[in-house]
Amino acid sequence: MKPGRYGIYGGQYVPETLMSALIEVEGTYARVREDPEFSRRLSWYLHEYAGRETPLTYCGNLSRDLGCRVYLKREDLLHGGAHKLNNTLGQALMAKFMGKRRLIAETGAGQHGVATAIAGAALGLPVEVYMGEVDTRRQALNVFRMELLGARVVPVVSGTRTLKDAINAAMRDWVANLRETHYLLGSCVGPHPFPRIVRDFQSVIGEEARRQILEREGRLPDTVVACVGGGSNAIGIFSPFSNDDVRLVGVEAGGEGLESGHHGASLSAGSVGVFQGALSYLLQDADGQACETHSIAAGLDHPSVGPEHAMLKDSGRVRYEAVTDAEALRAFRYLSRTEGIIPALESAHAVAYALRAAGDLDRDGIIVINLSGRGDKDVADVAMIHGGAA
Amino acid sequence: MSRIEALFARKNPVFIGFTVAGDPDGERSFGVAATMVDAGVDLLEIAVPYSDPVADGPVIERAHVRALRAGTTLDDVFALVRRVRKHAPDLPIVLFTYYNVVHRRGPERFFSEAAADADGVLIVDLPVEESDEVAPHAVRYGIDRIALIAPTTSPERQHAILREASGFVYLISLEGVTGERDRLPPGIACLVGAVREKTNLPLAVGFGVSCPEHVRIVVEAGANGVIVGSALVRIIEEHSSDEAAMDEALATAIRSLRGGLVPDPEPDIPRHKRVEG
Ligand SMILES: Cc1ncc(COP(=O)(O)O)c(C=O)c1O
Repeated sequence: MKPGRYGIYGGQYVPETLMSALIEVEGTYARVREDPEFSRRLSWYLHEYAGRETPLTYCGNLSRDLGCRVYLKREDLLHGGAHKLNNTLGQALMAKFMGKRRLIAETGAGQHGVATAIAGAALGLPVEVYMGEVDTRRQALNVFRMELLGARVVPVVSGTRTLKDAINAAMRDWVANLRETHYLLGSCVGPHPFPRIVRDFQSVIGEEARRQILEREGRLPDTVVACVGGGSNAIGIFSPFSNDDVRLVGVEAGGEGLESGHHGASLSAGSVGVFQGALSYLLQDADGQACETHSIAAGLDHPSVGPEHAMLKDSGRVRYEAVTDAEALRAFRYLSRTEGIIPALESAHAVAYALRAAGDLDRDGIIVINLSGRGDKDVADVAMIHGGAA
Repeated sequence: MSRIEALFARKNPVFIGFTVAGDPDGERSFGVAATMVDAGVDLLEIAVPYSDPVADGPVIERAHVRALRAGTTLDDVFALVRRVRKHAPDLPIVLFTYYNVVHRRGPERFFSEAAADADGVLIVDLPVEESDEVAPHAVRYGIDRIALIAPTTSPERQHAILREASGFVYLISLEGVTGERDRLPPGIACLVGAVREKTNLPLAVGFGVSCPEHVRIVVEAGANGVIVGSALVRIIEEHSSDEAAMDEALATAIRSLRGGLVPDPEPDIPRHKRVEG
């Protein structure tokens, strides 16, 4: 098998100019994985700076409502408000080890941009974040946060002006500046070795959750649920459970419904294709052009998904489901009122699936939901949708 | 002998022009190609429009957008190639594409359709690591696979790439995406020299070549061909409302750029002396 493959998926479909940078990143990653000094520093940042470990919260009200035992893995409580910091601290530290002097990133919801800005500030690396112009408007709060953190936000006006075009813009910047710049890719997508690196840095979520649930319940959960945009929070919580008898469910953006064509559900409704450096599932037309996507959650509004998820779908190890905008909005308000936790709209997709699926579990059934982020960034948007009423 | 081989055997250096199929729209795209050929383009690179052209700068990206907005399909691209082939039976034509278009059509079918009228295929985001997916089809249908070498390509990778290359080798002049530049980077002669030692294939240099002076620099660096893209595509964009003016501006630009292929007609005494001595 060729390197960087997950079954048939993955690979390195990039312009020749980028290959040297990918080879450098791959070499550095192999080196730092063996380097105790790297592990020590990353561990310090994760624990002392970012606030790991995050709680695995038993939700009494939710459990009573749903008739099973519901736990939330609280990545919303990580510094920055989402799981993204696990990856950005790891990669920013790698960039330091490579002697890079600048970080660039793409962002959709703004959470990865914020997390990159935080890591850049903490480690003394200047940050530029590419963000689709549409997303700069719907996630205006995060634009301001990034700027407060000292990052420069570059609105991207090409293509669909959302996440995929932000990735294109970041790749173009990287090709031109690869000697001094590290492209800090925010999800388990793109060419090898990024899917692997991001999965490894995010696996801390699942490692903690597995240990915590064993401590609390003395057994593994029946189901683990996570939302899937590029798939990093999902692969992070799934990986450590992959050899266990645990049902794993990834929840994609169903938008206005799969039949409407306005959604971001590449695994549920897409086909196999090459996109932004990797072979995976893709929402594409008959000629292989990427389709316009839609989701109320900017972080899920993307036509493709990480290649490892493509393999896990084919093998059946993970089930992928789609949740509509309306269901996600309902879950957003429901969790806020029931547990006093406002989820990110992305994470609300996972909550919505749990609401739907809880009926299949019996009283003692245990479900763990990865609450990948908090919803402060979405409050203004949701208020607008509801005409100002909570 | 293939058309590409015949061209480089007959002419040195050659002028290679780039256009996106379907830009600015289906009908005028043929006019653009015909104008380019008639004005002196020796080899035509026709790009398949793609939604996410990550190797391209803003000018060519906008051309991809225009072509897709105009509804250009892959079938339309092959139809355009056929028309250009009829217009210029001996012209070497290279299809320039991103890989997903090939993957979606099926590599075998893509190459069989391309081979009908094109002479080469260049897949900009298919590095040698992944090229086994297309290599047998290129051989089977007798179409050249144009390889890319960048300034960042290591000598070992150059060897691996050249083992598979045919037709000519596309040397990327700079670290970056396509697009006009005020000046070319200084390392072009080094890159041409390094690759020249490893292959007998003709070498063409592209990315950033924007004016006759750049053409001259590339030729003096020892290249056998010069590729101009954005500088021509920009003319299409600027004249999209007036076809006659577009054709005239394109032809003028090509003739002027071609001027860089030959040494200054003005006798240049020091240079002359150098050549004699
Ligand atoms: C809170 C939150 N969850 C999930 C995602 C989706 O990304 P991924 O699928 O990589 O976890 C995002 C992306 O912006 C996010 O901000």
